[in-house]
Parts: sequence; structure tokens; C-alpha cells
Amino acid sequence: MKIGLILRPVLIALLLALVLRPDWFVPIFAPFAPAGGPVIYQRASMLSLSLSHLGIVALASAAATIVAVMLAILVTRPAGAAFRPLSRTITNMGQTFPPVAVLALAVPALGFGAGPTLVALFLYGLLPIFENAVTALTNLPRATMEAARGIGLSRWQRLLRVELPLALPVTLTGIRLSIVIALGTATIGSTVAARTLGEVIIAGLLTNNTAYVLQGGLIVGLFAVLIYDALVQLEAYLLGRMGG
Amino acid sequence: MMGIRTHLSPPGLLFAILGLAALLAPFMTLAANRIVAGDGIVAWRVAGPAITVPGVAAVMIGLAMGLVATWTRLRLLGAVFGLAGLLWLLSRSAPILLTQAGEYARVSPAAGFWCLLVIFMLLMADALAALKPGPFMRAVLLFAVLAALVLVLHSGLLSDLSVLQEFSSRRDAFFTEFQRHLGLAFGSLAAAALIGFPLGILCHHRAGLQGATLPVLSFLQTIPSLAMFGLMIPILGWVGNTVPGAQAIGIAGIGFAPAFLALLLYSLLPVVGNTVAGLAATPPAALEAARGMGMTPRQRLLRVELPLGLPIILTGLRIVLVQNIGLAVIAGLIGGGGFGTFVFQGLNQTATDLILLGALPTVVLALTAAILMDTLVELTRRIPEETA
Repeated sequence: MKIGLILRPVLIALLLALVLRPDWFVPIFAPFAPAGGPVIYQRASMLSLSLSHLGIVALASAAATIVAVMLAILVTRPAGAAFRPLSRTITNMGQTFPPVAVLALAVPALGFGAGPTLVALFLYGLLPIFENAVTALTNLPRATMEAARGIGLSRWQRLLRVELPLALPVTLTGIRLSIVIALGTATIGSTVAARTLGEVIIAGLLTNNTAYVLQGGLIVGLFAVLIYDALVQLEAYLLGRMGG
Repeated sequence: MMGIRTHLSPPGLLFAILGLAALLAPFMTLAANRIVAGDGIVAWRVAGPAITVPGVAAVMIGLAMGLVATWTRLRLLGAVFGLAGLLWLLSRSAPILLTQAGEYARVSPAAGFWCLLVIFMLLMADALAALKPGPFMRAVLLFAVLAALVLVLHSGLLSDLSVLQEFSSRRDAFFTEFQRHLGLAFGSLAAAALIGFPLGILCHHRAGLQGATLPVLSFLQTIPSLAMFGLMIPILGWVGNTVPGAQAIGIAGIGFAPAFLALLLYSLLPVVGNTVAGLAATPPAALEAARGMGMTPRQRLLRVELPLGLPIILTGLRIVLVQNIGLAVIAGLIGGGGFGTFVFQGLNQTATDLILLGALPTVVLALTAAILMDTLVELTRRIPEETA
């Protein structure tokens, strides 16, 4: 815990510096660049690539969250119960599909650019959120549900005021898993011409410029680790609030 | 009214609606060569009525058989019927379409085919889930499906399809990359098990070590794969250049070594985490009994904790194997080989068939590994229950 208190601001500062002031890192990355070659990626600013990367992830994850939670509500109602075994099969099998393969298979259908990346991120992001939301909605404390029914809450009121708030922490874990996968898959999205930070790494790999690889890899890695950490903190905060 | 509704399977109804919609979408694509985008052709136009009528009819009958809720075997048969219809349409129409087109023409299945394929496989999975086959039966079913797949591919029925033309012009490369892919996925799994089991056992006994190890490993897991593979390049390049003899055993900045190491790092969390969880899941009563019988800590570990924790530990290996089969695709970007080579070559050349040649076997491999490992987990879980 104490390490986190020191490490977190240091990593955030490092990430901000890498994104906003890449030139500061020339002396560090220079030994990895080919002799006489460029050290810092110049074709696009790190800030615009970061924003585009995070934008794609946010859009896909937001859409995936909305749709997955709606589907989870649907299959946990009596009317949708017939779909529950099927939905379990789909989530189990779907999650064995490699994210890269989903991305690659989206290209023939949708062409190059941000489109296939968004769709792949969205489809793949649905699964962990749906799985966790269904688990949360089917394992609600029975006494609380009885009480909600007892005080005369309607179905809608029970859903909105009791079931969804109680299911929030577990659902959030699914959203975190989904976002972490989306960040990684979006990085690979640059191989299908989506504008993401993966572009820097790919450019480095293609031109044998390890400096680019380091620059892109560090930024993407730091974003992933810090976002993951922030979501873990959020979950702990919500759980604490509900317990208290 | 009530009677009819109870005999209709709601998922079957969904499949039927989606299936009919998919029939309206292009079933095949005919392109002038392997790079350009082709024209879509709907299912009833891919060939003459002698071919399309039985094919489309089989698909529709299959969808209709899926509607019956009460008779699961009929739904299963419907799925098989529908798949046979798809195969019939695909294999019969491809040569006819090709004879009408030019020398370099390519014919491939289009969105309508893929949607119907997924729908019938889901229908099959839904019916199978209702039959609740035991672990052995599931393994047998898996092998039957795989054998059917190999048989169809080997028979040359589909050899006019462009993915298979791509395959036949790269047959040797395909099997080399296949081996490479398996080597990466299973090799890193073995290495992770070799390091992860002892580490997990140590973590189980020392809470301090566990508190330090697991968070580090979970942060490693969050690093995006492309960044992880990329960051291995300077590290291993440096090792290869400074440690004497390292280059002789193949350690270098690009190629197999960085891909292997990246996969290994991703594999550690599930192995260590599940080993710890598996050992911690031993019922206190069983431990108490073992202690009462005078077992040494070592005997307790080998005879009580490990056997009882085996299902959870194996689940960790399942996660790793499926994850590594998928992640090994990225190795194609750093010269590590595997099916990723085809995927990224295909993306570079905008050659869809080459992308499919890499992506489809990866998906089949991952699904097979998942089903086999699930069976294994279930088998180990049954033993303690039966003996208890």
C-alpha cells in the first residue's frame, strides 16, 4: 500500500512527461535508435495518438457496457431465462477467441481503419462484462430481495434501486477486465490502420528502431497499468461504501 | 396458444429469424484476383436450381428443426442438417462460379455463409448443452467434429475456395508455422509451470512473498501484448550481445526468444495465482486429519493439498494455454513465427484469404484447447468426490 502511494505519482508524472514532452527522453532512448536515425517518433504527436487510442477504448467500452448490462438484465428476468444456457455457451466460447483473431476477422468484413478495431473491441468487451453482470444479478442476497418485495417495490423499482446497485461492484470488475483487454487490442489495432499508440511500436518494429518500440511500449504499458490501478481503487471504494 | 408456445424454443426462434436474415445476405464472393474486393452473390444465385434448391432447403429445414423445444436430439439433427446444407452449397457452387470467371478469379464464402455457420454451431452447442454430455462424451464429440473438419478439408471438396488455394500454395510454410505456434504456446506453458508451481507453493507458505508477488504479476498481465513483445526486444537484444554464449542458443532481440519470454511473463499470474488459490482451498478438516495422522508438511503438500487443489491449478493452466495460443499470434510481428506470420502478411498485402489462413486455425486451436482442458479439469474434480 505504501509503495503504491509513492509509486503512483511517480508513474503518472513519467507518463505525462512521455506524452507531453517526449523530447526530454532523447538522451535515454538515443542508444536504442539506429545510428543517425530519429530517436523520437515525429509523424504524429504522442498526445494526439494517446487521445485517439483512449477515445477508441472509451467508446467501445462504453457501448459494450451498456449492451452487456442490458443483455444481462434480459437473461436474468423470467422471460429471458430460456436464453441463459445459450448465453453461457457464447460467453465461454467467445472468450477463447483470441482478441487478435477477432480483430483480424473483422477486417475482411469492415475494411481497414478504426471501424474493425471498434467492432472487435466492442464484441470482445461484451463478454467479461456480461459474464460478471449475470453472476452478480443471479447471486443477490435473498433476504434483501425479499425485503424489497415486502416493502412493495415494483419490478422496475427493484431493478433500479436494489438489484443494479448491488450488482455494481462485480459488474465493475468485468468492466475493468474488458477495458484492460481493449487497451491491448487497440494497440494491435494500428496494424489495421487505426490511429493508436501501437503505431509507434509498429513503426519501430518495421524500421528496426528500438527507440520507437521503447517509447510506444512504455506509454501504452503505463496507461494500462495506471488505468487498471484506478479501476481497482474505484472498486475498493464502492465495496467499502456498500459494506459501511 | 399456450401449448404452442411451450413447444417453441426461444433460442431456436432467434436462430430461425437470424438465419433467414443471413440467407438474404451475400453467401459467396467472387473476385477477379486475390487482392481486389469481390462481388457478393446471394445463396439462391450461386448456381443452378439443381444445386441451390436442395442446399437452401436443407438450411431452412435445419433452422425449422431447431424450433422444437421438447426434442433436443431433433435440434441437434437440425444443426447437422443445416451444416450439411452449407457444405453442399459451398462445395457445389465454387467450381461453377470459377468456370464463369477469369483465370485468377477467387471465390470465397461471404458474410451470409459465416453468419449461418455461427448460427448452426450455436444451435448445436445449445442442443448439446441441454443433453449435458459427460466429460468423455464431450471429448469424443470434439474429436468427431475435428475429424469431420479434417476429412472435409482433406477430401478436396472445398479446394476451390480461395483460403484453401492460399493454403495449397503455402503448404510447407503452414505446417512450419503451425509447429512454431504450438512450440510457443506449449513451450511457454511448460516453462511457466516449471517456475510457477514452486513459486506458488512458496507463496502459499509465506504470506509476505505472496503479497509482493501477485500484485507484480497482475500488473505484468495488464501490459498490452504488443508493448510487452516490443519491450522484450531491447532487453533480449542486450542479453544476446553481452552474455557470452547467449546468441549461440538463439537469444536475440527478435525472433523466438522475445516472443517466448513475453508469453512466459503473461503465463505466470494464472499459474501462480491458481496454485495459491488451489492450495488455499484445502478443507480445514482434511488438513487437520492429515496432521492428526502424523504427516510431515511435505507429505501433506503432496498427498493432500496438491491433489485436492488440482482442479483449480489445472484451471490456471487452461487459462494460460488458451491465452498463449491467442497471444502467440503477436509473435508474427517480431519475427517469432506462428500463425501470426500469415495474419500480418495478409494485413500488409490486404489479402483477406491470407488473414483467414492465419486466424481460422488459431481460433480452432484455441477452442480445441479450451474444451480439452475443461474436460481434464472436470475429470480431476470428480476423483476426490468419488473417493470421499
